[in-house]
Amino acid sequence: MADGSIGLWTVPLAVLGGAIRVSTPFLFVSLGECITERSGRINLGLEGTLVMGAMSAYGISYLTGSPWLGVLAAGITGALLGALHAGICSLPRVNDIAVGIALMLFGTGLAFYLGKPLIEPTAPRLPAIDFGWWSDVPQVRAALRVNVLFLIGVALAPILYWAFRTTRWGLLIRTAGESSDAARAMGHSVLLIRLRATMVGGFLAGIGGSFLSLFYPGSWNEGLSSGQGITAVALVIFARWDPLLCLWASLAFGGAAALGPALQSVGVTSGYHLFNAAPYILTLAIMIITCSPKRTLTGAPAELSITR
Amino acid sequence: MIIGEPPPPAGAFGVDAIAMTMRFGDFLALDDVELKVRPGSFHALLGENGAGKSTLVKCIMGYYRATEGDIIVGGREQAISNPKDAHALGLGMVYQHFTLVPAMTVAENLVLARDDVPAVVNWPKEMKELEAFLARMPFKVPLGAKVSDISAGERQKCEIIKQLYLKRRFLILDEPTSVLTPAEADEVLGMLRDMVVKGELTILMITHKFREVMAFADDVTILRRGKLAGAGKVAELTPDAMARTMIGAEELTVQPPRTGEAGKTRLELEKVRALDDAGAIAVHDVSLMVRAGEIVGIAGVSGNGQRQLVEVLAGQREAESGEVRVAGEPYHAGREEMRRHKMSLLPEEPLKNACVGGMSVADNIAFREFDRAPFASLGWWLNRGAFRDDANRKIGQYKIKTRTPDTPIAALSGGNVQRAVLARELGGNVEVLIAANPCFGLDFAAVAQIHAEIMAARNRGAAVLLVSEDLDELLELSDRLVVMFHGEFVYEARTSEADLTVVGRHMAGH
Repeated sequence: MADGSIGLWTVPLAVLGGAIRVSTPFLFVSLGECITERSGRINLGLEGTLVMGAMSAYGISYLTGSPWLGVLAAGITGALLGALHAGICSLPRVNDIAVGIALMLFGTGLAFYLGKPLIEPTAPRLPAIDFGWWSDVPQVRAALRVNVLFLIGVALAPILYWAFRTTRWGLLIRTAGESSDAARAMGHSVLLIRLRATMVGGFLAGIGGSFLSLFYPGSWNEGLSSGQGITAVALVIFARWDPLLCLWASLAFGGAAALGPALQSVGVTSGYHLFNAAPYILTLAIMIITCSPKRTLTGAPAELSITR
Repeated sequence: MIIGEPPPPAGAFGVDAIAMTMRFGDFLALDDVELKVRPGSFHALLGENGAGKSTLVKCIMGYYRATEGDIIVGGREQAISNPKDAHALGLGMVYQHFTLVPAMTVAENLVLARDDVPAVVNWPKEMKELEAFLARMPFKVPLGAKVSDISAGERQKCEIIKQLYLKRRFLILDEPTSVLTPAEADEVLGMLRDMVVKGELTILMITHKFREVMAFADDVTILRRGKLAGAGKVAELTPDAMARTMIGAEELTVQPPRTGEAGKTRLELEKVRALDDAGAIAVHDVSLMVRAGEIVGIAGVSGNGQRQLVEVLAGQREAESGEVRVAGEPYHAGREEMRRHKMSLLPEEPLKNACVGGMSVADNIAFREFDRAPFASLGWWLNRGAFRDDANRKIGQYKIKTRTPDTPIAALSGGNVQRAVLARELGGNVEVLIAANPCFGLDFAAVAQIHAEIMAARNRGAAVLLVSEDLDELLELSDRLVVMFHGEFVYEARTSEADLTVVGRHMAGH
């Protein structure tokens, strides 16, 4: 190993590094969507929120020179988009899925429009922590360069898991999502609970977007997201609305997404595009195995429009 | 608690509603109604569907603001503008539809219901306090169990426990025993009655079961069509007198007498197994034979697999294994088979299970035959005139109250939706009839009519499978009685020889 070559070990290492890098936006969007869906509403607009978050983070980081202000701006943008979604959905006879699709198009379109001048300049990027300092192998060091946002996301999953069980807000969100009648009978405003849950969900999705433009890939362009927001929404269903499972699902997805490039780097080039499709094949396979037409999804909030 | 308001006095208190009038647009739901519930009494509120019982208690609980009238709580006039005000005064309500969150545990549901849920719940401490509270209560509930996993009876107890946990001392119960076995109903009401006698509680119970009124209530108030029809001490009244006050001068359909003997086997179930939505076994290898000219009643507390069994027979759910035979032939609930065997179906919640709410009454009545002559030519060209003629005839014959045959069926009241389904299903010849809770939530007139039609179908030689949660209905109609518990048939007897206590014990699984 003196020459720094680690042969086929490159592949699992690259997959690990990829899992950590690629999973971060998935993680934030899916945790955010988890909160929103547990309150009984689906926000499909998170794809738009993700792209708007990426754009506003990049813009603010460029203008102020502080990437962390960019992250905050992305979160606020996301929360505002969430409030817009929740606001429209609180009108009578409005379907949250249709509104979500409209907001997805609105968010991406607006981001492309406002982000045109941001394609050229370079904004300050988020710092990373080197967990690979102990190794001389460059691949190991590259894989273990971990962004702070990823660590925050990893910490957030168990915190949410705990919060759904033991905090007042967690219990209220679950009540609104499981039985709006029960919540109303207790004198709570279901619409207000859902507004807040959707705003928090948007906030987290916006932060997920800031990771895209400020860390990996680390620039602003129109092909930045390629449907990651929508995939993350599907991840929540796949993770059965459990924040801890959202973490594992995001990691698995990130790892699968890194498989194609990793194989290419060791010279396996045939079927490159096929390997790039690994995450989607993985989703399909898991969905087919775990779903049944005769059963309702376990763990699904009862008020969700897809389960009712 | 309203700030600055003194806490309600300890012990039971009374509630009076005086000169209550409630208008919804043109509709007068309550017309100058008076209700006086004495402190420490058990008060029954009787009335048919739509008589205004729910409107009245919702006014008391602050869900509606009455157009006119006053509410006096514990001797003082109170302005109750929302449920929180009512709760602060110590008023609580147990709803007909459960307000527990099924996916949460009993303990979570109880803590959640409090007005002062802490920002972070200290579960070990809360559990200790809940257990101490339950030790003082007349009945027990499993704190750690998920609500979706406990029986309907236990859920109803949880609802009542929840109100007591919240220190409510005036309880309004909306048809509290509709999901309980007779023994469970007696247990729950008996314990509440004890608390009333001790002066800890006042109870106002909405019900239509005279047996419970006679056994547990002190006073009764009877409403009819939004007006006060009568009130008094239960001890001075008979069930007959109360029923007459409730329905007024309305003529009820007379049920034909039971005639004829049972013939050949028409409907046969052999080891039928079906799963529920969560994938658990709901119907466990049940076998049954229903003969022509016979009504077989399936009794049981709701949630013991009856719904899934009916869904299999209706073609809404696939059986996992086993076989259903009609007139000796295998039956898979296809449309052609249903027509050939003259199957009829009265499912529960007819608007959801047997109608398309947005389509007209005429269309809904024609569902079974709409692509046949005279409704259609060549199987595709629909003859609207025939739809309307047939609908008009059946609307008259079955006394369906609708403005026109073209009114969407969802706009009709529950009783008239069921009459329309009855007209479609029993309008022609019937060889097999499957009915599930056909009278749930309907008024006397509709119930009498439906019972008469079912009995008439039996007398004409139909094999009838009647699944019901109402034991009185089953005892009145069926020739044979089967009890379903946890997906199995656990008891069978000729109705004339059935012992109510034994039936009740089997319904509870003992």
